[in-house]
Amino acid sequence: MSSRPLGAGEVRRPVVALHLAILGALLGAQFVVPPFQRSLLARIMVLGAYAAGYNVLFGYTGLMSLGHAMFFAAGMYATGLLVYYAGAGAGAAFAVGLLASVALSILIGLLTLRTSGVAFLIATMMFAQVFYLTLLYFNRVTGGDQGLILAGRLPPLHLGSLRVPFADPAVKYNIALAVFAAGFLLSLGLVRSPAGRVLIAVRENEERTRMLGYNTFAYKLFALALSGGLSGMAGSAYTLLFSYLGASFASILFSIYPLLWTLLGGAGTTIGPLVGAGVMTYIVDLASSVTDSYLIVVGVALVLIVMRFPAGIVGAIRARWAPWLP
Amino acid sequence: MAALTPLLETVALTRTFGGLRAVSAVDFRLTQGEIRAIIGPNGAGKTTLVSMICGRIRPSSGRIVFRGRDITGLPAHARVRLGIVYTFQVISVFGRLSVYENVALAAQRRLMRGPLDRRALHGRAVAARVEAVLDEVGLRVATGVPAASLPYGHQRLLEIAMALALQPSVLVLDEPTQGLAAGEVAALGALLRRIAREATVLLIEHNMQVVLDLSRRVTVMDRGRIIAEGTPREIETNPEVQRVYLGL
Repeated sequence: MSSRPLGAGEVRRPVVALHLAILGALLGAQFVVPPFQRSLLARIMVLGAYAAGYNVLFGYTGLMSLGHAMFFAAGMYATGLLVYYAGAGAGAAFAVGLLASVALSILIGLLTLRTSGVAFLIATMMFAQVFYLTLLYFNRVTGGDQGLILAGRLPPLHLGSLRVPFADPAVKYNIALAVFAAGFLLSLGLVRSPAGRVLIAVRENEERTRMLGYNTFAYKLFALALSGGLSGMAGSAYTLLFSYLGASFASILFSIYPLLWTLLGGAGTTIGPLVGAGVMTYIVDLASSVTDSYLIVVGVALVLIVMRFPAGIVGAIRARWAPWLP
Repeated sequence: MAALTPLLETVALTRTFGGLRAVSAVDFRLTQGEIRAIIGPNGAGKTTLVSMICGRIRPSSGRIVFRGRDITGLPAHARVRLGIVYTFQVISVFGRLSVYENVALAAQRRLMRGPLDRRALHGRAVAARVEAVLDEVGLRVATGVPAASLPYGHQRLLEIAMALALQPSVLVLDEPTQGLAAGEVAALGALLRRIAREATVLLIEHNMQVVLDLSRRVTVMDRGRIIAEGTPREIETNPEVQRVYLGL
């Protein structure tokens, strides 16, 4: 570890370069991988954005939520219902989805951030269940468990004179990449910003941070709004790209997933959420081609990985070889 | 005579925990520029009193006035911004973060105008402040080391460095010499005397030698009340204090 905190330029350049290289590799991958893999990668990138959002709150601020599915689903439903019922365009529907999830996160934050630790976990889970059950209750509007299919209802995106149909796999892939890049670069920017360092301080010792003059409640609310907003952005993009919205995306399982992805990839690392979402998606994919009870295989794989690397995959890499990883 | 108007004052400040009156109607005044020691037996209410002054504990009744302004309802973080800075009795540094980052968090707080201020943590202004403070406490050589790996005495110095980076007008120290070796106590005394040139220092202390050496005035508490106040010499010879301390 360097004893020189300055000369920051030398330390920073590889960090930014590495993140840009990862985005570059994802950009290039679409020209190399077969179509099925490309579609899987698009899904992983959207889920990676969701995980990156979750990681802002869990990995960097130290607050474990079990209710993030409601933020994901808020983006998904605000966008999807607008398209389905009002025939809204993708851009407007996406913007509304983003706003809806940020607004919901702030509201939920004001109610739940009085608690911390296990109480916060339970409070967020409770609100997410209310959200889930509400979706089911109004199934005539929301489609309930069966969900709604947007295919055919979504007008193609107009970029100047260019018509961009969402069904085109290349379009799908690059929009997924853009959504992931937004979450990825935002987390990187956050971690390296003064506000991000305060969030880490809150994670390490909230009382001490407060006694350094920081309004820790405001910082936690900011983290939750950003985290929920990124989750909602991912949910909104998911419904646009895969033409489907359903209540299962608001269920508890979909709150547990980002926690698992983040733990697996490395909580409190910028790269971990993508790695976790990717590894887990591939494990599910492999296991389900072998057996119907693939969740057992997934569970065993997870237990093994977490026992071997308690800090997650990227966390282990950081501990052993690259202490400079953000 | 501005020097005689109190910088900080508590009026009938009281805190009860269940049936226990930890601090009972305390009127306490701190004058700008002094080094004040609060002494008293365990359970006298010293930590509760300073915790109310810093905003970590809410008073049951009474008022706290700082520079003529009632700050009783002000949250702790806002009091830090006014310059009332607390160092913890049990050392409370960010153990997994480097020494540099520990101090930088404090320096950044002092320099930041808002939460979205673009001033980066490693920005030049923050770095200059961190280095100046680490020089002052003698921890400059350890900037990159995780705080938890420092020896105990150095962690105590780091606590004080974090407080200094906030540029306190009132620095509250809760038993700063606890657990330190004799040489470290002497060095800390010298450091506190330097700090007192710019800040008012309020310390809770058990080490009587330190109290007599450093402070110009001493406040003695017992069972939630102030039982005596005066110069170290007056306190030493006060019969009430001798009764409390020696059971005479």
